[in-house]
Amino acid sequence: MIVIGLIASAIGIAVALSIDWFPIAGSTQAKKVDTLFDVLLIASVPIFVFVEVVVLFSVWKFRMRPGDELKDGPPIHGNTLLEVVWTAIPAMLLVGLCSYAYVTLRNIEHKPKHEMVVNVTGQQFAWSFTYPAANGAAKPITSTQLYLPKGKSVKFNVRSKDVIHDFWVPEFRIKIDAVPGITTHYRITPSRFGSYPVVCAELCGLGHSTMRQTAHVMAPADFQAWMQRKQAQASKAT
Amino acid sequence: MTARLRAPGLHRGLIGAALGFALAYAIVLPVRAAQGLHPVLDGDAVTIVGLLSAPLGFLFGLGAFDYWFYYLTGRPTRPEDHSGHGARSWKDYFRVNTDHKVIGIQYTVTSFFFLLVGGSLAMLMRAELAQPGMQFVSTDGFNGLFSVHASILIFLFVIPVFAGLANFVLPLMIGAPDMAFPRLNAVSYWMLPIAGLMMMASFLVPGGSFSTGWTAYAPLSTDQPIGQLFFTVGVQFAGASSVATALNFLVTIITMRAPGMSFWRMPLLVWANFSTSLLVVIATPFIAASQFLVLLDRALHFHFFDAAQGGDVLSYQHIFWFYSHPAVYIMMLPGFGIISEIISVKSRKPIFGYRMMAFSLLAIVVLGFTVWAHHMFVSGMQSWIRIPMMITTAIIAVPTGIKVFSWLATLWRGVLHLDTPMLFALGFLTMFVIGGISGVMLAMIPVDIHVSDTYFIVAHIHYVLFGGSLFTIFAGVYYWFPKMTGRMFDERLGKLHFWLTFIFFNLTFGPMHYIGLRGMPRRVADYSQQYAGWNLFISLSAFVVGASTLVFLYNMVSSWRGGPRAEANPWRALTLEWQVSSPPPIFNFDTVPTVVGGPYEYGVPGAVHGVFRKPGEVRPPTPAGGGATQVARE
Repeated sequence: MIVIGLIASAIGIAVALSIDWFPIAGSTQAKKVDTLFDVLLIASVPIFVFVEVVVLFSVWKFRMRPGDELKDGPPIHGNTLLEVVWTAIPAMLLVGLCSYAYVTLRNIEHKPKHEMVVNVTGQQFAWSFTYPAANGAAKPITSTQLYLPKGKSVKFNVRSKDVIHDFWVPEFRIKIDAVPGITTHYRITPSRFGSYPVVCAELCGLGHSTMRQTAHVMAPADFQAWMQRKQAQASKAT
Repeated sequence: MTARLRAPGLHRGLIGAALGFALAYAIVLPVRAAQGLHPVLDGDAVTIVGLLSAPLGFLFGLGAFDYWFYYLTGRPTRPEDHSGHGARSWKDYFRVNTDHKVIGIQYTVTSFFFLLVGGSLAMLMRAELAQPGMQFVSTDGFNGLFSVHASILIFLFVIPVFAGLANFVLPLMIGAPDMAFPRLNAVSYWMLPIAGLMMMASFLVPGGSFSTGWTAYAPLSTDQPIGQLFFTVGVQFAGASSVATALNFLVTIITMRAPGMSFWRMPLLVWANFSTSLLVVIATPFIAASQFLVLLDRALHFHFFDAAQGGDVLSYQHIFWFYSHPAVYIMMLPGFGIISEIISVKSRKPIFGYRMMAFSLLAIVVLGFTVWAHHMFVSGMQSWIRIPMMITTAIIAVPTGIKVFSWLATLWRGVLHLDTPMLFALGFLTMFVIGGISGVMLAMIPVDIHVSDTYFIVAHIHYVLFGGSLFTIFAGVYYWFPKMTGRMFDERLGKLHFWLTFIFFNLTFGPMHYIGLRGMPRRVADYSQQYAGWNLFISLSAFVVGASTLVFLYNMVSSWRGGPRAEANPWRALTLEWQVSSPPPIFNFDTVPTVVGGPYEYGVPGAVHGVFRKPGEVRPPTPAGGGATQVARE
């Protein structure tokens, strides 16, 4: 039975790891989260397989045969060693997983030396993105789509005008609620060109499922060009 | 005729409800007129007051407070004489009764009615979600569907159905003639239909039903049409019912155990309900508070959660989850108790590690209060709180793991009777492990940040509450059906029900893990094209799960009407409820049992749990709560 369990665990882990669980990894943080998830899968599959193997083996081996209707099993009341083992091993495993998760959390929330800031504002039922005024520009730039340069750490300051929303780009793996009255934030470093959905993940009313926009990750030079174009538009408008 | 209307009961209850509603007008109109508010007759204001006064009027009419009035006015009070015990026809189940067995069945059947309601709402949701785009309902209508679905199934199915099963079984198990407070028991039951009808009625009011999820996060919930208040107030009645029952269980367990029934001889179902009741009594007032704050914000503009007026939005979530995380264990621990009973009896072996099983329940009670903020990892609260909450959340898997491993060890070398209750118990064991594992994954903050508010959460909660709680409920209903009704259920239909539910449950909720990780948020009426294939698959599987419930219903109804008569003890169990006839006598035990050993001594030659001495050998049955502890000391 132990052999069957080991083989089944190995197959289970192989299958679990071969599935592409996540969307594209669009930030440097994403890869760390994905690795943590893979580690959790590797730790979880043997536990699941162990339980299933014991249940199925018991059903096969110990099920009532005709003629056994009035038989009882042996009166085993417990086994202290066994109980200590199955308390201690999961506890140690969980301490290990928590430590690793803590390290990952520190890594993905690490504050870099240089970062750009984008102010994100949620309201029913749209996001708006404001880029603070920089080097000589008179006014901040506001956009309904999110534009980000690849490879540069971004800090999002997230606010809400009405109810709670949640600012999420699945490809970046990080989300945070937009809460009325306070400013929340997170950091990511986009690592891949492309356009990704910006999703509201917290129920915010009847238009919740339509609160979708797009994040564009572009080359730093293209991003600068976009900024200048927007600044020109903004100054022309005044 | 007038005598009938003046006597306590449902007739007077309905009159009381009408008077209560009239009282709402009588309060609101003068107050609004005095304040100079326009219009003087405001439907919203009357509805809000009426939601509170009409149910209270109903309870007054029902006779819930008659004793107090007699006492206050100096008239002779009438102690409960148990003359109304027992049900002689099906009509008796629709009347006020103080017999715990009748109330237990009322509770269970009412809860299953709400299972059908909540399940039907899920079918409508899956119909809408079968294809991307909007087909059948509006986005707001969809928000209403999942909100009422969750609220009904949590507050009117899972929590009360456990209270119902325990109501029937628990006094029998500890050798008591009834619950400690029979009339409180009846009041607890009658508050349930109030809460349920209120939540269902919200579909009928202007603006539609409440649509902010069962979590009703402020400030969204403080700024909604009137339907929201049907949740806000409905929860108060469901919660009050829950607290009253929990107090009743605690007092019953502490004071009414049969002679010889020490705490360490109690069946684990009793331990489980003892632990659950502790959770309910401590935690439920917090959700009551959270909803009262919403009510005051919505109705009287108190600004508790209005950031622009200095309100604190996050405090709602802290108060709410301080109840609603323990609520997860309120919905799980009684199921653990049921599974312990069934696995031991059906494996013909003592439960493995009985004391650790009981201690792990208590450990879950304590730890359950230390993990609430793991629901708030992305809420914007102080970031350091996340770390201790991650650790406590992971640690709670240890006592849960002890229970799972002990059940496995109980199976080992037993003689497994693989009938319907046992199949559901084993199905629970395998499904609950998945829910537990995904729970540990969710405790890990970086993973949770990505998957919170996605279908991964929907998958997790349904593996815990459907694969977990509902499987234990089905197991328990099949297991005690012969005792409750005196009839046997159809074993073949029971097995069919199990396999349909087990297979299609996994096909429905398994893929939700995947689409959640891929980025599909929950609580959305519409979704992007990339999830279309899986959603169609999930919807089709969900319809089979829905249909499988009909098999269960047919089996229950037809077996209750015409199934073969059940013996007193068809499972050859040792616990006390199986030592009396099926269904049990009106006062449970013709002679008070004396407990002489543990409840699970299967395989020990000649072992018994309780013995019934002849009436001459012991004192006559003492009134409720009077004698048990004294006899134990003798």
